[in-house]
Amino acid sequence: MIEFQLDAASGVATYLQLVQQVHQALQLGLLEPGDQLPTAQQVVAKLAINPNTVLKAYRDLEREGLVQPRPGLGTFVIRSLPGTDPTTLNRFLATLTDWLGSARAAGLGPDDIEAIYRTAIRNYFAEGVA
Amino acid sequence: MTAALETNGLGKQYGRRWALHDCTLSIPTGKVVGLVGPNGAGKTTLLHLAVGLMAPTSGTITVLGGEPGDGPTQLARVGFVAQDTPTYAGLSIAKHLRMGAWLNPTWDGDLAKRRIEQLGLDPRQKTGSLSGGQRAQVALTLAIAKRPELLLLDEPVAALDPLARREFLQSLMEVVAEHGVTVVLSSHLVADLERVCDFLVVLVTSHVQLAGEVGTLLASHHRLSGPRRDPSSLPASQQVIEESHTDKQSTLLVRSDGPILDPAWTVKPVTLDDLVLAYMGQARDTERVPHQGLSVI
Amino acid sequence: MIRFASLQFRMQAAVAFGALAVIAVVLGLTGPHLAHLYHATVATCGAHGNCSSATAAFLSNDRLLQDLGNVVIALPAIIGIFWGAPLVARELETGTHRLAWTQSVTRTRWIAVKLGLVGLASIAVAGLSSLMMTWWSSPIDRVNMNRFTSVFDQRGIVPIGYAAFAFALGVTAGVLIRRTLPAMATALVGFVVVRVAVTFWVRPHLESPVHATSVLHMTSGMGFNQTNNGPLSVTGGHGGAWVFSDRIVDQAGHAVGGGFLSQGACLQNRAAAACIGKLREVLVYQPPSRYWAFQGYEMAIFLGLAVICGAFCFWWMRRRIS
Repeated sequence: MIEFQLDAASGVATYLQLVQQVHQALQLGLLEPGDQLPTAQQVVAKLAINPNTVLKAYRDLEREGLVQPRPGLGTFVIRSLPGTDPTTLNRFLATLTDWLGSARAAGLGPDDIEAIYRTAIRNYFAEGVA
Repeated sequence: MTAALETNGLGKQYGRRWALHDCTLSIPTGKVVGLVGPNGAGKTTLLHLAVGLMAPTSGTITVLGGEPGDGPTQLARVGFVAQDTPTYAGLSIAKHLRMGAWLNPTWDGDLAKRRIEQLGLDPRQKTGSLSGGQRAQVALTLAIAKRPELLLLDEPVAALDPLARREFLQSLMEVVAEHGVTVVLSSHLVADLERVCDFLVVLVTSHVQLAGEVGTLLASHHRLSGPRRDPSSLPASQQVIEESHTDKQSTLLVRSDGPILDPAWTVKPVTLDDLVLAYMGQARDTERVPHQGLSVI
Repeated sequence: MIRFASLQFRMQAAVAFGALAVIAVVLGLTGPHLAHLYHATVATCGAHGNCSSATAAFLSNDRLLQDLGNVVIALPAIIGIFWGAPLVARELETGTHRLAWTQSVTRTRWIAVKLGLVGLASIAVAGLSSLMMTWWSSPIDRVNMNRFTSVFDQRGIVPIGYAAFAFALGVTAGVLIRRTLPAMATALVGFVVVRVAVTFWVRPHLESPVHATSVLHMTSGMGFNQTNNGPLSVTGGHGGAWVFSDRIVDQAGHAVGGGFLSQGACLQNRAAAACIGKLREVLVYQPPSRYWAFQGYEMAIFLGLAVICGAFCFWWMRRRIS
């Protein structure tokens, strides 16, 4: 069964983190159709988050057609996410590796690169309506 | 639907000081409500009024549609854990559970026993010899074993170490998931609000500064940063809560129901913690100016 | 609620009733012997003509246990302080009232059960100890004939009233002062003040005393008493009455001083009776027959005060205090 983590400092809403983690698990093949998601009670007992948050995340996943609740039994995965085509993944891996090469040549250390990466991710996914 | 807690112009006066003043709130059921504010803001007063330990000086308060403390039925519907989680130090945990069974017709003895076992506590141990965290867990057990519809907790984790605090919140959230109680949790600490609360009330200097569903609050507050600007030049629909300026740049926290359309601003969302801090800071800065009501969203 | 109140009270009850049991055993073992001694010596002393020495010998028995009567005096005050004052004050002090009053029991029911349970226990302890002491001391009291005077408050039913009042006063002090130790001190002081006030200003007037003038008739065990060259009075011979004042007057109604006795005529044995026969005794007193009435009145007064205190506590609880 998937075990959720919470990054309280990431600035990403809790329920969104749960949804993302289910997406990632589906993509990596850690979750397959027929698998049961942990109950709200199990999740909050570990993470100390509001159960409504878990229910909201599961509702979003249900709306996306990925999971389905079965009354009295739990919430189950019904569909896998179309994994991203390995060719596409490799293409971007190559692009990123090139970029890393240029960055290192310019004198950036691993910490700088990490900082740039994190800021870019944060800004890109968190920016609101301007 | 009946609100879990509803107040109208509620006030409590001690001598010349108003511990709570002009408090108008409507807290829906089914939520975990954070009651946040600095010490002395009136959080304990509000909770004591809600359980009937105190009577209001002005205004009204109804809890689950009934008058606080009015008879055994009303008392049975509300569970309460007071600050510093008082217990009878000379009585064992088992005797406390017996007290619960004798004094509460809705007592669920199996639930209480199960919880104590799960917590790894020896029922024969006297509560006076328990650690703060363990005592808080026992107090929580006593409050929930009577199967209340509403659970009021006054700063239950303030005196606990981080581990005990985390375990208490885990326990509490499990209870909410299992039984669907409405919880009002007061705290002067701001951390961990967003993960636990889905409704927020901010109390500062005896007044309600902010009250509303967390999702709505977060959607209607933005952090704007851009070139230095006088805040009064903003449109009236955008209310400035917090501002800071350098000689070249301004950063504002505004509340706005509509979108921010001015391209000069970079707009970012606000975390709940920052939002609460901003309102608390605003209240402290304008302490001398009497507040007109509250901002309910 | 009754079961929980009993649970909270169990230690104090154990101490009190344990002590009571010990006292019962001690008194039970020595009492019959004392009674037997009385019947053997003092009851028949008249025939042997050695009453003064017989009574003196009798009274010297079990001196220590006679002082147990002082425990009976102190008991109501002790109960009031140790049982009454902490009843509410301790809960307020430790904050446990925020636990107790948010269970499914209303505050008024809570205080009613606590007042009732512990109040009844106080009355029981005081009543039992007074009963035992009265039974045990009855031979001694018969000799001393002082049950209406010096041992009035250690016998009979008045200790029940004292205990009820001390307890109720203790609870009231706890409710108002909200801290155990100051409440104990205040209750103690208050109780003593009221007891002293009732003893000296109320009790003498519960019924109008009898005024009587009678021919002086000296019998064995009686004697003359004179204070500072003032008027003469008589000691003894009043048979268990409570004497307020007692003067010897001559036939004209004037008070007689000690000098009268040293006149030659009264010293002579044969003439003494005739001499004394000219005197009259003016008494203001409560007759012994009123003893139980007075016990009843005083118990009723203190029970009434207890009820008033209890009602006040009840009313106070209905107000919302934090």
